[in-house]
Amino acid sequence: MDFATVLQVLDSTVRLATPLLFACLAGLFSERAGVIDIGLEGKMLISAFFSAAVAAATGSVWLGLLAGIVSSVMLSLVHGLASITFRGNQLISGVAINFLAAGLTVLIAQDWFGQGGRTPSLIGQGRWGNITLPFANALSDVPVLGPLYAQLISGHSLLVYLGLLTVPLTWWILFRTRFGLRLRAVGEAPEAVDTAGISVTGLRFAAVAICGLLCGLAGSYLATGLQAGFVRDMTAGRGYIALAALIFAKWRPWYALMACLLFGLLQAVALRYQNIDLGGLTIPVQLMDALPYILTVVILAGFVGKAIPPRAGGEPYVKER
Amino acid sequence: MDKLPPWADAVLVPLISLLLAAALSALVILGIGENPVDAFTLMVEGALLRSAGWGYTLYYATNFIFTGLAVSVAFHARLFNIGGEGQAMIGGLGVALVCLYLPWPHWTLALVAASIAAAIFGAAWAFIPAYLQAKRGSHIVITTIMFNFIAAALLNYLLVNLMKPAGQQDPATAIFPAATHLPTFQDMFAAEANPLFRGAPGNVTFFLAIAACVFVWLLIWRTRLGYEIRALGHSESAARYAGISPVKTIVVAMLISGGLAGLMGVNTAMGEAERLVMNSTEGAGFIGIAVALMGRNHPVGVFLAAILFGFLYQGGAELALWTNIPRELIVVIQALVILFTGALDNMVRIPLARLFARGRRAR
Repeated sequence: MDFATVLQVLDSTVRLATPLLFACLAGLFSERAGVIDIGLEGKMLISAFFSAAVAAATGSVWLGLLAGIVSSVMLSLVHGLASITFRGNQLISGVAINFLAAGLTVLIAQDWFGQGGRTPSLIGQGRWGNITLPFANALSDVPVLGPLYAQLISGHSLLVYLGLLTVPLTWWILFRTRFGLRLRAVGEAPEAVDTAGISVTGLRFAAVAICGLLCGLAGSYLATGLQAGFVRDMTAGRGYIALAALIFAKWRPWYALMACLLFGLLQAVALRYQNIDLGGLTIPVQLMDALPYILTVVILAGFVGKAIPPRAGGEPYVKER
Repeated sequence: MDKLPPWADAVLVPLISLLLAAALSALVILGIGENPVDAFTLMVEGALLRSAGWGYTLYYATNFIFTGLAVSVAFHARLFNIGGEGQAMIGGLGVALVCLYLPWPHWTLALVAASIAAAIFGAAWAFIPAYLQAKRGSHIVITTIMFNFIAAALLNYLLVNLMKPAGQQDPATAIFPAATHLPTFQDMFAAEANPLFRGAPGNVTFFLAIAACVFVWLLIWRTRLGYEIRALGHSESAARYAGISPVKTIVVAMLISGGLAGLMGVNTAMGEAERLVMNSTEGAGFIGIAVALMGRNHPVGVFLAAILFGFLYQGGAELALWTNIPRELIVVIQALVILFTGALDNMVRIPLARLFARGRRAR
């Protein structure tokens, strides 16, 4: 394997990790506030569809992004309504949202475009263009560092860089602002937050809305950045991989970045090589596909440190009467 | 909070939730420019007014009874088993191994052996998540989701690399031997003068599903183990105080749940396709969640809800065939049923409870 191939694999790692990263941080906000969200997949999917559909209709990727975010936040609010307002089961609500998105996207796509549940392919301004960072071309002749800068660091779409910036931003919001402190408190001890006279419901709804926003970005990147258009069930379990990454990262932003890059690398390798030959021992591609899930189970089993979720996660908050 | 009378809890709440889901589904159909009344008529005609339609409806219902019961048994122990899909896939693997690699003189023997294999394989797939939940507190919802994906990858590997006959393109096993053919409704009930259930996949496994309903009822309400499962579901600390081992009960409840989900493989692999294909479960594991929620975790409720979803599935296929409405409409309806009967339960229950309380006070 030569240097150019390594660069290509790492390049696609960054691209494939981006939707995972947005979704993982989305889950982080929600679960840190005590609202478990297994509906990341559904929110990504609905955003992917509306981004692609609006971008195809208007020719503007920005309007597509907006539509994707709005649709994803709407589903978030349904989740909030069920799990915060009506104190329903958060897991069941998440499952329902995943199915709702899986069904609605194909139904509407068939009605609008009549192409068997997909949107037309996006061209030109309907997709995110790649940004060439300054000096990328000039420096590309420098050995090792030049190609590294020109191919790996430069030349991604705006959303990839936004995703990377969201990591420190999330860290800062959660650990350096008053809002973040309260948000984490509401996921650990909502009764204490309530005693301090702060609205548990309000904070949780804010967290759920941020989760919707970030899932919207994830889905939008999937359909208008990574690929050119929506096809049915295009998230293909990424929402669950993001959930796995969140557990892997033990609900911490920087570790979330690492976990998403790791899972992105696994996807990139599986995409490039069908079966990996390690001198007589062949690793089947299916093992690469399953590896994120297997690793998560190992982590959950507590063999590699203990993954302790926020204490009030999954519990609807009931004020005492 | 005001309490509801038991009959309202068992019948009225799911019924109102169902009506809400139906009303929203009608709006969705209107939204894509079709007529909900016509669509419903077409569904009823295709699924219920012809015997072949019933053959399909009951075939789907058989799947949903197994997965619905699987989710219910776990729910009684307050465990949410989302892994029915993976357990059913691995159950199908058990069926395929028994049918392909052992010689069978008669289908009855093959059915017994395949059922046992399906249950054991399904239960085995549920064992690791169950053990991790019971011993190490790993959240069973997450682990069972992960195991669904691992099951799909494993099955993909086995079908593509090991079990696919040479020269075949699609990832599936060889056709099972003719001796393992299960009688379909057509074989059982059709006569030359009266060709019933023509071409429909409904088969003798339906009766196995009914037997499973009786088994679950006996288990949950008539045995010590069932009592322990329900006690654990109500309060773990109380169960522990009463001398019930949470670890043992969690694992056993999940093994039974996985076994029931695995049994679905008998219907899909042996009863219908007569070979094991890649996506034989077709999401039935997840529909079990909706079925269990609607059926209030009672075998009778699960049976009725499974028939309803069987009707929706067959009706949805008819819609996709004759109109511009894709099959995904059923996924939307399924999502709405899960949402209203599962997550937004209180939205119906609280106003209803208030209404009943007012009625009582007036009297």
